[in-house]
Amino acid sequence: MSTARRTADTLLLLAGLVVFWEILHRAAGETAMPAPLPTFAYLLHNLTTPRFIANLTTTGLELGYALLLAYGIGLAIGVWLGAHRLSGAVGEPILVSLYSLPKITLYPVVLLIFGLGISGKVAFGALHGVLPVALLTMGAIRAIPPVYLRAARALQLSPWQTITIVLLPAALPEVFTGLRIGFTVTLLGVLLGEMFASKEGLGAMIIDALQLVQGEEMMTVAIVLFAFAALANGLLFFVEHRLRRV
Amino acid sequence: MTRVGLIRLVVIAALIGALELACRTGLIDHRIIIAPSEMASALWTLLASGSLDADIARTLGLIGLVTALSIVLGFAAGVAIHALPRLREALDPFFATYYAVPVFIFYPVLIAIFGLTLMPIVLIGVSTAIVAMIIATLNGLDRVPRVLGKVARVHRLGRIATALQLQLPAAAPYLFTGIKLAVSYGFIAVIAAEFILSPAGLGRDIADAYADFNNRRMYALILFLLVVATLVNAVLHSLDMRFAARRSGGRA
Repeated sequence: MSTARRTADTLLLLAGLVVFWEILHRAAGETAMPAPLPTFAYLLHNLTTPRFIANLTTTGLELGYALLLAYGIGLAIGVWLGAHRLSGAVGEPILVSLYSLPKITLYPVVLLIFGLGISGKVAFGALHGVLPVALLTMGAIRAIPPVYLRAARALQLSPWQTITIVLLPAALPEVFTGLRIGFTVTLLGVLLGEMFASKEGLGAMIIDALQLVQGEEMMTVAIVLFAFAALANGLLFFVEHRLRRV
Repeated sequence: MTRVGLIRLVVIAALIGALELACRTGLIDHRIIIAPSEMASALWTLLASGSLDADIARTLGLIGLVTALSIVLGFAAGVAIHALPRLREALDPFFATYYAVPVFIFYPVLIAIFGLTLMPIVLIGVSTAIVAMIIATLNGLDRVPRVLGKVARVHRLGRIATALQLQLPAAAPYLFTGIKLAVSYGFIAVIAAEFILSPAGLGRDIADAYADFNNRRMYALILFLLVVATLVNAVLHSLDMRFAARRSGGRA
């Protein structure tokens, strides 16, 4: 009963958002802010156009590569700093202060190093994702009870075996939190990268739409991205929840 | 200084030194990265010329405005939402996904509505930072010990006295977390907005310098922003440590 009511309340708020959108449309005018209904019609009509699919594929590809890099490098740094006490003590404050820097200031540097193509955006996305993955992995490994490590030594496991058989399973739930947050910020990084000096991808599509005064297209891309990010986050959150219960 | 702190300093110095050496020997092309010493001297010349003053004032002023608005409005909204449990339950899913969706993607939409004025930057900054403050306020109010309500009744404190003398101090650590996040989100959103599309500001300056292949200016500006961000973070961190020390000191 209460879950039903809660869902109803949340849906009510969503409806309120659409009403707010309509009011914004009335206030801002047709060109700046299209009405909700025509936008949804536009969305349904344009989702399958080759142009949209091409941009979607580009963003998806960039996100995929960036995640691969962010997860790989982030996990490696996290395991190293978590397992080696001195490195961790030295490295943690450096990572924390890097994490809170506005990374957009470094985008020109990334572009100079990696160029204007797909690799610049991939590198910029990965730059965002590496730090939370590394920090949470480090925290997770540090929180492992020392007795697990003693058991690993007693069983004469190799360092590699210790990592894969003992450390990673024990740290998995918190590591997964890092992967979820890493996903979010990597997506943001890729999109920011596409919004500046790029011709391809959903981020570039939004900026092009702004310049061509294409309100419907801007809102369409924003809605698609919101839906995708919320869905992916929900899925990762679900997996994380399951891991924590085991 | 502790041994760990010393090692950290050496590591950072070694990294900067290696970059300096790689740039000076031509291992790294100066069209890609210039030597750190050159960045510093370029920044010094730029700051001394005074040509940057207007943009510094504009950008830091915007960050200050965005942060202040987010903290005040976020706190007020948090208190209001805390008083309305049904609204809060309905809002929970929004709060849980808010920072997972790229809200920044709405910046161009705001430009379409308000034009290239300060308004889109302030709005995108506040919408990025305010939710962290709302969530922190809710967290803080949730963790005010129940017994404090009884204490207030025993001492016959009024509603406002209870809020100021008991609830606010009890929620303070969580509120401070919210403030820290609001500052950091405000900083990132304002700089990103300026960088992507804006008539002026430090972010715009960096984008322009990049477009002009003016590496000395670009790296000077980047260095400036990174130093400012690091200083702000360091101040907030040390305040946090001081609060934590006082709290545990009071308890012991």
